[in-house]
Amino acid sequence: MKSRRKLWGALILLAVFHALILFAGFFAPYGFAVQDREMPFAPPTRLHFTDARGKVHLRPFVYGLKDDPANPGAYVADTSELYPLRFFVRGAPYKVAGLIESRLHLVGVEGDGRLFLMGTDGYGRDQLSRFLYGGQISLLAGLLAAALSVFLGVVIGALAGFYGGWIDELLMRGSEIFLALPWLYLLFAVRAALPLHIAEWQVFLLLVAVMGLIGWARPARMIRGVVLSAKERKFVLAARGFGASDAHLLFQHVLPQTYGVVFTQIALLIPQYVLAEVTLSFLGLGVGEPMASWGTLLSSLQQYYVLSSYWWMFLPALLLIPLFLGYYTMADALQERLKSVSL
Amino acid sequence: MRYLARRFVHAILLLLAVSFFSFALLQLAPGDFFDEMRLNPQISERTVEAIRAQYGLDRPLPVRYERWLGAMLKGNLGYSMATNSAVAPLLRVRARNTLLLSGTATALAWLLALPLGVWSAAKRGALGDRIGALATSAILTIPDMLLFLGLLLLAARTGWFPTGGMVSPGIGEANFWSRAKDIAFHLVLPAAGLALVMTPVLMRHVRAAMTEALDSPFIRAARGHGISRGRVLFRYALPAASNSLISLLGFSVATMLSTSMLAEVVLSWPGLGPLLVESIFSRDVYVVVAVVMLSSVFLVMGNLIADLLLFVSDPRIRLENE
Repeated sequence: MKSRRKLWGALILLAVFHALILFAGFFAPYGFAVQDREMPFAPPTRLHFTDARGKVHLRPFVYGLKDDPANPGAYVADTSELYPLRFFVRGAPYKVAGLIESRLHLVGVEGDGRLFLMGTDGYGRDQLSRFLYGGQISLLAGLLAAALSVFLGVVIGALAGFYGGWIDELLMRGSEIFLALPWLYLLFAVRAALPLHIAEWQVFLLLVAVMGLIGWARPARMIRGVVLSAKERKFVLAARGFGASDAHLLFQHVLPQTYGVVFTQIALLIPQYVLAEVTLSFLGLGVGEPMASWGTLLSSLQQYYVLSSYWWMFLPALLLIPLFLGYYTMADALQERLKSVSL
Repeated sequence: MRYLARRFVHAILLLLAVSFFSFALLQLAPGDFFDEMRLNPQISERTVEAIRAQYGLDRPLPVRYERWLGAMLKGNLGYSMATNSAVAPLLRVRARNTLLLSGTATALAWLLALPLGVWSAAKRGALGDRIGALATSAILTIPDMLLFLGLLLLAARTGWFPTGGMVSPGIGEANFWSRAKDIAFHLVLPAAGLALVMTPVLMRHVRAAMTEALDSPFIRAARGHGISRGRVLFRYALPAASNSLISLLGFSVATMLSTSMLAEVVLSWPGLGPLLVESIFSRDVYVVVAVVMLSSVFLVMGNLIADLLLFVSDPRIRLENE
């Protein structure tokens, strides 16, 4: 019962997070490459309810920013004019999931007002918008790579476990090589073999392919273990006795028993791959500017003055915590369920 | 003995496979040094071919692989174009630094994880155990990168710790002790960060292994004989749990190496990690391959040491084939 509630909690958290990323265009007030050169490193915009004269507004509003005369590089609120917050505003056009064109944004302010809920980076780009758009790259890379790894793991693990003999021996020796390679180093090495500057979609596909191809060994070994015991179950033996073909046995009886392990492995691999993408892009070897990915968002923290003076540049990294919490909790709950089922 | 021989052969085969992969990577790298020479109209195609033959580049791939492997084994790791020096001495210093950092962090992580894991397994379900479980989950969900950046911010803001490097400038002339002290001071931040990342993972495994051991019937028998709690825990349960812990030691080397690379880059510790990143940017292929090879050697060595320890500690393995 407890693991069930945990699983649902994690699933809801993950659904919300992924919906935010999927509909980034709608939730983001601005585009990911829109620059406001007047506003580099603007702090997160504060929402106000009471104005300078103490009047209370029901609709929250924001002030514009002007340069702080006492402190160069910093900003103070310009209380002379207020910009009320509006919902469902028309703004820059974007495409929902790359298909449907729309101009509708969840929130925005009108006129000269600016809404930077997570502050801006050195080019005056809205961090929240960049985080949401960046997720489309980082999260998709993680999801696709995890799917690829686990798919390979299922194919290889099922073949090794089901047929045994020299196939098993060969595949499992192969998996040991992949386990023995320090995988982050390997990822870097493969990246090194390719030109430094290649098109964005090529980098993306490359990341997915390399991460997916390196990571199959662990899921394959776990799935092999499940298949080994699954094929000896009485009902599988009975089906074999009735003359069922290998394919029928595999797809109808053996593979369904591995689903638990499959989903647990996916839930564990996605955060790992998201982090790998973040690491590569952080170092400038992944997806490059002006595209947004979670790694490129953090890369400015390599500069000392950014790290020590602009705390909001850490926000994208902090927002990864709920995502990882969701996936780890899901893996945890799945594992608990698995244990209670097999008992 | 047969067990040891088998593990040893296995390790060598693994390294061979890795070397083959590394060599393939070298060949995959776009273009070679002579492509540029070909573009020069003053150098004829025949001259280029002659030079290529001189370097043995016209030979078939298997021959070149054999030669390359032979050179690697002799310690000739190639030539770094970017720094204009041989790779081997360059790598020696960096590898030493990486080993110092990850060795310290591994020791620190185990020193923390072992007592904490044993304790939480002994007090299963108690308040302390639950707080421990919560804390490990919390640390596990924090991205490593954020943790390291946070530590860097701490150092930058407070000035308690140096924000990078391995020695203070001008320490070269100082005597051995003050130099060692300086290095230790620089080591604090990256080692603490790495240990912080590793400890929760290790602690969970220690707890799981100890729980399993404590649930076995011989422990209940020992308790029934009136043997004291401490003795049951450390003389009976811990040795029974040690097998999976030793395997874990081997496996943790892999994670440690990958995490250490990130920590080194973020906290500018002059180890293999920053060297790898620099050499990728300067397209210094031989350095990249050497670093990958070396890190695989570390990993295989780690696993081999774990196998050796298992052999020493577990009589079942020792007597398996006799």
